Amino acid sequence: MTPIFALVDCNNFYASCEKLFRPDLAHTPVVVLSNNDGCVVARSKEAKALGIKMGIPIFKIKQQIQQHGIQVFSSNYSLYADMSDRVMRTLEDMAPRVEIYSIDEAFLDLTGIQSAVSLIDFGRQVKHTIDRWIGITVCVGIGPTKTLAKLANHAAKKYTATQGVVDLTDRKRQRKLLALTPVQDIWGVGRRLSARLQAMGIHTALDLADTSAKSIRQHFSVVLERTQRELNGEPCIQLEQIPPTKKQIICSRSFGARVTSRIQMGQALCEHVTRAAEKLRKEQQQAKLLTVFIRTSPYQNNTPQYSNALSAQLSRPSDDTRDLIQLSMSLLDQLWRDRYHYAKAGVVLSDFYDIGTYQAELFDQPSTHTNSRQLMNVVDTINHSGRGKVFFARQGVKKGWAMKREHLSPAYTTRWNGLIQVN
Amino acid sequence: MNLSLLGRSHALAWIKSHCLKIPLFSEAVSAGFPSPAQDYIEKTLDLNELCIKRPAATFFVRVEGDSMVQAGIYAGDILVVDRSVTAEHRDTVIVAIHGEMTVKELELRPKVRLVPRNPDYPVIEIPEGTALDIFGVVTNVIRNIRHKT
Repeated sequence: MTPIFALVDCNNFYASCEKLFRPDLAHTPVVVLSNNDGCVVARSKEAKALGIKMGIPIFKIKQQIQQHGIQVFSSNYSLYADMSDRVMRTLEDMAPRVEIYSIDEAFLDLTGIQSAVSLIDFGRQVKHTIDRWIGITVCVGIGPTKTLAKLANHAAKKYTATQGVVDLTDRKRQRKLLALTPVQDIWGVGRRLSARLQAMGIHTALDLADTSAKSIRQHFSVVLERTQRELNGEPCIQLEQIPPTKKQIICSRSFGARVTSRIQMGQALCEHVTRAAEKLRKEQQQAKLLTVFIRTSPYQNNTPQYSNALSAQLSRPSDDTRDLIQLSMSLLDQLWRDRYHYAKAGVVLSDFYDIGTYQAELFDQPSTHTNSRQLMNVVDTINHSGRGKVFFARQGVKKGWAMKREHLSPAYTTRWNGLIQVN
Repeated sequence: MNLSLLGRSHALAWIKSHCLKIPLFSEAVSAGFPSPAQDYIEKTLDLNELCIKRPAATFFVRVEGDSMVQAGIYAGDILVVDRSVTAEHRDTVIVAIHGEMTVKELELRPKVRLVPRNPDYPVIEIPEGTALDIFGVVTNVIRNIRHKT
């Protein structure tokens, strides 16, 4: 049976989530900002129409915000995560197999459903259901490969006549759309790659599809060869229902206010380590390598700059927050320089082992913590219960460096005191 | 009460060296007829199951004001709102009107109207051809009748 894939992608997802609970903003331009209210990371269609660019720092559009009455929101991740979960659960009810690709995108495997329903009708039904049930508008692209499904979705977004659903299983339609698509718009072709392709005279997706797979492999890589084959309708990328085990975990954040004291920096790092360790335990992995980095803001040219990172190995893989905090603090001691205004810090955990698979070496230190697993389990259970938090004293109590979120909307769907009020 | 140690008995050592290990069955063993309820044990009742048919499409909202008191909806109540249900005549709905979320009774016949269930409030007529932005249909009311808010 020939495989059929669909890509379902939410339109302006973060901005749509904010608008759903604010009918007063139905026709108002809305933007959502990144962590610490830095840059624009999502725009409603009205904000796009005003020419607000993705990623632009908020201070650069201060005047437009005033002039057009643009509504600004800080990222409300608990809201977006809950809304995403609703979308994904609904998709899982409708399609036999679903790969959650990102917070607002999912691939569906629709192989075999044509015998029961036409693909375009199914796509419309998905769109209608998500819109009705959850209040989020989506576009659906359908094709014989993931790359073509992604391209079909792109077209569904771009051309309003499609009403948000495009079936690209027909070979003739594929070639027509490929000819209209610049090569850099293809899934997996970055800006650097597209510059090289254009130098070779490959400008459109069709040009790439018609270049021989062999010459692509010779000049580029098997990855791009796979893309070329997928553009020609030959499926090379499978649906990944189970996300692959992570290879590394990064926890970092820009500070809400510049950090100048060693104690505050230590607290912030401990916080990151704690979160990273929690994620590590959720993945049921143990890490052996830990990296700490700290840096000043590259955007402040008038102040002295410093940026540095340091890695160290644990004597044996661990998922115990205490081991990781201890190592990160000794790394910070070596990294720390006084008199800088630090803007960001983070930790990276890597070199993962499945729990219990590490082969201890002859002179390895035995673990200093007994009942580590049980203790960490208790900590995680309490922190996930929603009733309160336990944390390590090193994290500090007063968090002067915590994230700035001045335009945060209520947690409409995840907190009792955040519910919308109706008259 | 005072206790004083009289001496040590060798009983414990004797028991340890001569003991037979007998497994302990902690379940109650019924002599005679087995419990007649045994075959009827079911899961405990879950309010979610009663109030929420489609979790992905269900939202909660809190009531403000008294426009629906005669429908048994009071200020402070939490309403369970299902977006997957199609609103019918006489359903209680959450509607966005003039940029505000409101809870009203929907009438489709003879004309489309939003009816408050409190005579102090005016009926909202929806002119023909106007799109009505229904957020969802109210399916349940949740109220703590002991600690009134």
